[in-house]
Amino acid sequence: MLDQASPLRPKAGAHDDERVIKLAVLAVGGQGGGVLADWITDVAERNGYVAQSTSVAGVAQRTGATIYYIEMARDTGRLPVFALSPSQGDVDILIAAELMEAGRAIIRGFITPERTTLIASSHRIAAVSEKIEPGDGRASSEKVQATAQAAAKRFIAFDMEKIAADNGTMISASLLGALAGSDALPFTRESYEQAVSAGGRGVKASLAAFGAAYDRARGIAAAAAGDKAAGNPAAPEAKSTAKVSGPEALLKGWQNLAARVAALPEPVRDMAERGLRKVVDYQDIAYGDEYFDRLDKAVALDNAEHGYVLSIAAAKHLANAMCYDDMIRVADLKTRSTRDRRVRKEVGVREGSVLQVTEYFHPRIEEFCGTLPVGLGSYIESRPKLAAFLDRRINRGRHIRTDSFTGFAMLWFIGGLRRWRRRLLRHRIEVEHLERWYELALAHARENHALGTEILNCRRLIKGYSDTHARAQSKFDRVLSALPMLDGREDAADWIRRLREAALKDEKGEMLDGALKTVATLNESTR
Amino acid sequence: MAERSFAKEVEKLRLGAGEEFAGEGILAITKALLQCGVGYVGGYQGAPISHLMDVLADAQDILGELGVHFEASASEATATAMLAASVHYPIRGAATFKSTVGTNVASDALANLASGGVTGGALIIVGEDYGEGSSIMQERSHAFAMKSQVWLLDPRPNLPSIVKAVEDGFELSEESNTPVMLQVRIRCCHVHGHFIAKDNKRPLMSVADALAAPRRDTGRIVLPPASFLHEKEKVAKRWPAAVDFIKSRKINEIFGSDHGSIGIAMQGGMYNSVIRALQRLGLADTYGDTEVSLYVLNAVYPLVDDEFLAFCEGKQAVLVVEEGQPNYIEQAFAAMLHKAGRGTRLVGKEHLPMAGEYTGQVMLDGIGSFLQANAPHLLPGEVRAPNKKGEGVDTADLVNVVPGRPPGFCVGCPERPIFAATKLVEQELGKHHIASDIGCHLFSIMPPFELGATTMGYGLGPASASAFNSPEAKRRSISFVGDGGFWHNGLTSSIGNAVFNKNDGVIVIVDNFYSAATGGQDILSSRASNRTKSTKHPITEAVKGMGVKWLRHIDRTYDVGKMRAALREALTTEEKGPKVIVASSECMLNRQRREKPLVDKAIKGGARVVKPKFGVDEDVCTGDHACMRLSGCPSLSVKSLDDPLRDDPVASIDQNCVGCGNCGEVADAAVLCPSFYRADVVHNPGRWDRFLESARRAVIGLLQRRRESRRLMFADA
Repeated sequence: MLDQASPLRPKAGAHDDERVIKLAVLAVGGQGGGVLADWITDVAERNGYVAQSTSVAGVAQRTGATIYYIEMARDTGRLPVFALSPSQGDVDILIAAELMEAGRAIIRGFITPERTTLIASSHRIAAVSEKIEPGDGRASSEKVQATAQAAAKRFIAFDMEKIAADNGTMISASLLGALAGSDALPFTRESYEQAVSAGGRGVKASLAAFGAAYDRARGIAAAAAGDKAAGNPAAPEAKSTAKVSGPEALLKGWQNLAARVAALPEPVRDMAERGLRKVVDYQDIAYGDEYFDRLDKAVALDNAEHGYVLSIAAAKHLANAMCYDDMIRVADLKTRSTRDRRVRKEVGVREGSVLQVTEYFHPRIEEFCGTLPVGLGSYIESRPKLAAFLDRRINRGRHIRTDSFTGFAMLWFIGGLRRWRRRLLRHRIEVEHLERWYELALAHARENHALGTEILNCRRLIKGYSDTHARAQSKFDRVLSALPMLDGREDAADWIRRLREAALKDEKGEMLDGALKTVATLNESTR
Repeated sequence: MAERSFAKEVEKLRLGAGEEFAGEGILAITKALLQCGVGYVGGYQGAPISHLMDVLADAQDILGELGVHFEASASEATATAMLAASVHYPIRGAATFKSTVGTNVASDALANLASGGVTGGALIIVGEDYGEGSSIMQERSHAFAMKSQVWLLDPRPNLPSIVKAVEDGFELSEESNTPVMLQVRIRCCHVHGHFIAKDNKRPLMSVADALAAPRRDTGRIVLPPASFLHEKEKVAKRWPAAVDFIKSRKINEIFGSDHGSIGIAMQGGMYNSVIRALQRLGLADTYGDTEVSLYVLNAVYPLVDDEFLAFCEGKQAVLVVEEGQPNYIEQAFAAMLHKAGRGTRLVGKEHLPMAGEYTGQVMLDGIGSFLQANAPHLLPGEVRAPNKKGEGVDTADLVNVVPGRPPGFCVGCPERPIFAATKLVEQELGKHHIASDIGCHLFSIMPPFELGATTMGYGLGPASASAFNSPEAKRRSISFVGDGGFWHNGLTSSIGNAVFNKNDGVIVIVDNFYSAATGGQDILSSRASNRTKSTKHPITEAVKGMGVKWLRHIDRTYDVGKMRAALREALTTEEKGPKVIVASSECMLNRQRREKPLVDKAIKGGARVVKPKFGVDEDVCTGDHACMRLSGCPSLSVKSLDDPLRDDPVASIDQNCVGCGNCGEVADAAVLCPSFYRADVVHNPGRWDRFLESARRAVIGLLQRRRESRRLMFADA
């Protein structure tokens, strides 16, 4: 393979003027890449250039990755021979309408350090493969940003999708603004704006987004020396300092709990306060004390030498375990005034419009029994025929309007069952499970601190409702089933972590089964 | 109504002599047809020539003014058979479709058309869907031209060349009494460029004229003994006539210097890529002026022996640039040189890959390697002995980071819930053999659904499951076919076949009111009124007419529970024979295009409009993403919460949500979680709406305040 072609060397008599400028746009279908390509072609023609644009339309447009390609050269009266698709190592400007598409452009060899200006929107559109993992399957943006920084001559990246959305238009407008602001093409800002105006539809919004992106790109281009890309600097982790309000008596109880937080080692406090707020919000002040009684056991086994990781993990996962998702919790969350405000904001309900909200519930006998007192709930569950009879009446989808009297009142009533929660069947089941897990973790922590921490972290596996919840429980049990096999091993903690990560990779836990097999053989080989 | 409207662009078709046309390749071809006095045009949509059909459909007024008949053919076979109008009558006709899938379908008609030959020019414009972005099997149209003995033009990919090829094609067809195929590659169809227009011409004879004075000639009919004579006529008369025309009219072009020891022969469509490679090697300038001698085949079949041999005169080596496999042109050229006893070395696939698209890099490498081997003196020093410049960036890591992004179902697609229901029914009843078909619904084979084992051709989904019909079988096969494929040939090949053979399988007909994957063209069962076509013919009636007894019609595919129940019943019923489920809901892309402007206008005009959108309660969502494994909707994605207590991202619905209902229905049918909600915003509410709203909010506010005054409130909760 010829890895370095000579740059275009026009034959004798040709001027630099006759150079062909090559520009590619990589976008996700539906982002308006075609509009952008039309605008750029128009800008070029307005500036006395001949331009040619091509694309692959059709099925690829349906949410898949697509390429638009434009070549242009100063009009000398003769028609240049333009190529119809971009070549590796032969692209002057590459516009990526999403960050991973910038990564794809680099992989495909369209970005060269001596030559290519890479203009990328730093926002992400998760691909299906990233979304369907039970854990966090998202690709690393940092990795792409860092590689792009090294791979391109200039790298201009910021969230152009946000600029577009803020101005009520599509990303094509802000991408064009960034292109204009980058000065990568020898055209004036006015000629870009003329092209947008000539387009006719939504001109005002497009020009606003264009202008905002133009300024942003200009700023970056100007400050190019030091920090080339203005990515998304990670926000410093906010300490939990949210304000608390409520009746006097409860606030007093809260002060006592806060004092318990203050008594903890410093590294544990932040997580503990967040956890505390979660459990108190979930149940009551006394629940906060229960939380601390449990947490203190982990703190007692921990020390600064270990960085208090066991206690931090306990603070986090105890809170999540104690705030299991039952009908009461869901009903409580869905009937709060804060929730109503959030929905209005998310949906963008304007003054004068009316909002109607429909909730999708599908209760089953399990949820029903869980919300009954222990005795009654167990009575029904131990009689399959009765349970099946009731299930037939309960188990179906219920669409509940929480903006209506009856719908809201029903959920409000269920949310009010909170005060009796401790006496309900679900609570007993959850507490038993929690105690088993927590004791197991602490027992191991005494011998192997890291292993204890990893067992605590396995709580992350438990999530979802109904079947999903059952599957999660099974994964949780399967991961912990490796403990006897790992008994006494130095690297037991590492293995539990690996098993947990495998469990988060796919729905059924096939990766986990594979990893468990490895653990089994690993033991055989060392025996 | 197609997805893209060309209503504005088609005005360019009225340009007169001397005016400059600027626009897409597709539009230029249409203009060229009118300039040639075409009498009738037809075709079947499919990338990359869907837009050609859309342009024609939108240009019907202009076509009408000129007396040109436009036909939205039922299939490529229909379109090609339509060209029979040029057999006896001196009417120019054109058909267009996607190749090679369409050419395969058209083969029967093509063979018959080619046998009898034509009087009026017959042009078949094939959109060659090859290489990147292609969604079909990779074959060559060239083979079809060879086997039917029709001529194949492959012009240089710029507007003046394509327009000229249309003109040449009609003349060539008439001179040699043979249909001509004009091949345009995918990017060429969408290339934006310019050419100088000519006046449109009315056809010399219209189809109405022909009907008024019918003609027949037994000698043109494909039946012995005439068909034996056709075979002889092809080689004795039509072939030489074609070769004469190509030679005398200089259809093929020669560029570069005519001396020199090497040369490059290429398909016309490859010309720009060859020039680009030469430019990058420092051997050509911006305008394509080069010292390397080039033989550009704007007509790739038939080849002209003496023209090629003359080009090779005095050359030591010639490279053939021919995309695709088998390398018919290279083989033919090699035979010519061999038979003529020439010493010129002919190379092709030694330097260029046997298979795959000839991209810029492939061409640069191939031509570079050819020149290194045969004329190294031409190459600049840095190419002959390249200095490694820079380290380059290591992309190995990146390959594992960047996720693939194959096409999938659009936001709110009505086919998504069909496959969610199929996945759910398989969770109950186990895995089944699933046969897929061509169309958007084929995206079911991708994550998150991963359903479907084969795809055997348009409308052939159920046909491809026909072997799976056994009295001993404990499980039934499931097959899918779209409404496009159903009308294309599925009705007979799939449904009729299943009825006749007493197939016991389940057939799902995905009815989205359009030929959606090709751009939303109307078909027989479309629900919209179409000015020039007859629509609103229900698929259910056609299926019943074929003799199907077990038929269920789901008229709202978003009802996942109902869809699943229908599938469950179809898979378990005692009834014998094909079980057909017609699942109907309008293609969301087209529906939005149709409704959105109306809704926006209605809201602006003060009318009461309810707009739905879905949302997720992020504190209820546990971040398991089970909903996404039953959806894959671009609008339903993941987001991180600013909460260290939560490890995994939660579900989130963005502003593109159209409120189709799939999220809620799936959560309900699969018993997922109660975090989804549907928010209906009533724009311009009436008096009753507002009264009810204020009463409700008063009571709800009271209850909320009552509870919230008795508990601790955290500012960010």
